[in-house]
Amino acid sequence: MAEPIIKFDKLNKWYGNNFHVLRDIDLNVAQGERIVICGPSGSGKSTLIRCINRLEEHQQGHLYVDGVELTDDVKAIDGIRKKVGMVFQQFNLFPHLTVLENLTLSPMWVGKMPKKEAEEKAMIQLKRVRIAEQAGKYPLQLSGGQQQRVAIARALCLTPKIMLFDEPTSALDPEMIKEVLDVMVEMASQGITMLCVTHEMGFAKAVADRVIFMDQGQIVEQNNPHDFFNNPQNERSKDFLSKILGH
Amino acid sequence: MSAQTFQPIDPRPAPVKTEGIVAWIRINLFGDWVTGLMTVVIGSILLATVPQLLSWALFRASWIPDFDACRVEGVGACWGVVAEKYRIILFGRYPFEEQWRPLVATSLMLGLLIASCMRAFWKSWLAILWIAVLTAFFLLMYGNTMGLTKVETDRWGGLPLTILLASLSMVMAFPIAMVVALGRRSALPAIRTFCTIYVELIRGVPLISVLFMASFMFPLFMPQGFSIDVLIRVLVGITLFAAAYMAEVIRGGLQAIPKGQLEAAATLGLSYWQTQVKIVLPQALAMVVPSIMNNFIGLFKDTSLVTIVSLYELTGALSLALNSDANWRPFKIEGYLFIAMIYFAFCFSMSRYSIWVEKQVNKGKQR
Repeated sequence: MAEPIIKFDKLNKWYGNNFHVLRDIDLNVAQGERIVICGPSGSGKSTLIRCINRLEEHQQGHLYVDGVELTDDVKAIDGIRKKVGMVFQQFNLFPHLTVLENLTLSPMWVGKMPKKEAEEKAMIQLKRVRIAEQAGKYPLQLSGGQQQRVAIARALCLTPKIMLFDEPTSALDPEMIKEVLDVMVEMASQGITMLCVTHEMGFAKAVADRVIFMDQGQIVEQNNPHDFFNNPQNERSKDFLSKILGH
Repeated sequence: MSAQTFQPIDPRPAPVKTEGIVAWIRINLFGDWVTGLMTVVIGSILLATVPQLLSWALFRASWIPDFDACRVEGVGACWGVVAEKYRIILFGRYPFEEQWRPLVATSLMLGLLIASCMRAFWKSWLAILWIAVLTAFFLLMYGNTMGLTKVETDRWGGLPLTILLASLSMVMAFPIAMVVALGRRSALPAIRTFCTIYVELIRGVPLISVLFMASFMFPLFMPQGFSIDVLIRVLVGITLFAAAYMAEVIRGGLQAIPKGQLEAAATLGLSYWQTQVKIVLPQALAMVVPSIMNNFIGLFKDTSLVTIVSLYELTGALSLALNSDANWRPFKIEGYLFIAMIYFAFCFSMSRYSIWVEKQVNKGKQR
């Protein structure tokens, strides 16, 4: 097996002195693998993926992304962040910039790309998420689903190797969830490594190579979606699945 | 049964009028009994005072620069004091024959300020224009070159001084305030502590004492024979004072930026300064435009305190003009009304401009 693109090695994290949020996490993610992480709220799943681009610092253990260990080394973090795109639950678009400016900001200022080229590349991404006609609008003038698709396009503008999704559909109206998931399914077919925290089990069944179930800061169970949903091994995951699939 | 024919109904006027002056008065002035009562009370107060005020200020006023005419029984406002003294009020102790110089310099400065407020001039060469106009201002005012006689800064006064102090301290205080506001939220304890101490120290003392220290105490700490012009010392004092207040206003805006904005910027690889300049400050400043303009207006009027260190800006120049002249001294009120109008014209323009700026920066929020 090739070297994993993300490797957690006995990783531990605390909030403050007493809240042990991630406990002995061991996880290898292969290049191009699509992983869905689920679990009850407070189980540490968001924190786990936020460690990958150092939005959260871990206190113990090791974490390697694309062969580089995440430490206090700011240069290394900058390098990793260029390879890792992230989509947030609350979109976090920049409200004072137009859609197009949201997309070109990083390529122009971090990537030193000329404006024209950055705009052309941004339009390609906007077409990909089927929202090119809104390029001149401000984020707050768009619907939630449209905003989230812009956020995905913004992350794609960095041509990342890894995409992290932190509950990308949790803040959306039911009608808009599908338009976002469609874009994510399309992305999944293109070989990018994806880690997605979500409760959209349909999405997990459709695209995931592996489902990871977390509770209380630990990885309780991981398996391919077919086996995970049909034949969960752990009592805790059975209980969780019966709750979210039971209606 | 015969087919029904369509019978159009003739248009009728609305039973109650909702347009026109009468309707407006009824709705807005006598809408209910409380409104009606207020209208009557306020109306009678206005009726009792306004005619008298107009009579004093306009109809019975004396307009010629002749103090004897003002002392006649029954004469109202004596605007002659303005006609007689306006050059001292506007230009202070600046040599009388040379007063075209501050006039030209001030006009240039005002033109620059107005241009700086307009979008069409927001280009990189505006900075060069500022340097050019400021240089011209100082050359004109100070002289000592090109056949102009030398005029020491302590003789500068009146409106040019007010505008110079206000505009320069605003332009310098604003960036300082931004840096201090960011500094107070810095992750580095030394920077944070320094900025906090600066803000608390400055806010803890009145502007008058800052000016007093800048003018009289500062030279005591300087080596013998070394001195900085009093105008510059005062300018620095006002700037540091205004920056401390403005920093707190900006910090309020910074705190309102959601954490998600910083995280998004971080994941996009933006550095600390790129994040502040491109993401945080534009949003934070947009939120505090009204408060910043509030500070600017306050600052403009605070320049009147430099009289304490014998710099005679607009307010000081008025006292200078009237205190030394027993004949005109009784008509100080008219003089103060005159400079009040000048202050009002500037402050009101700033206030209107701030509304325009608010509209510009809030474009993203309009649906």
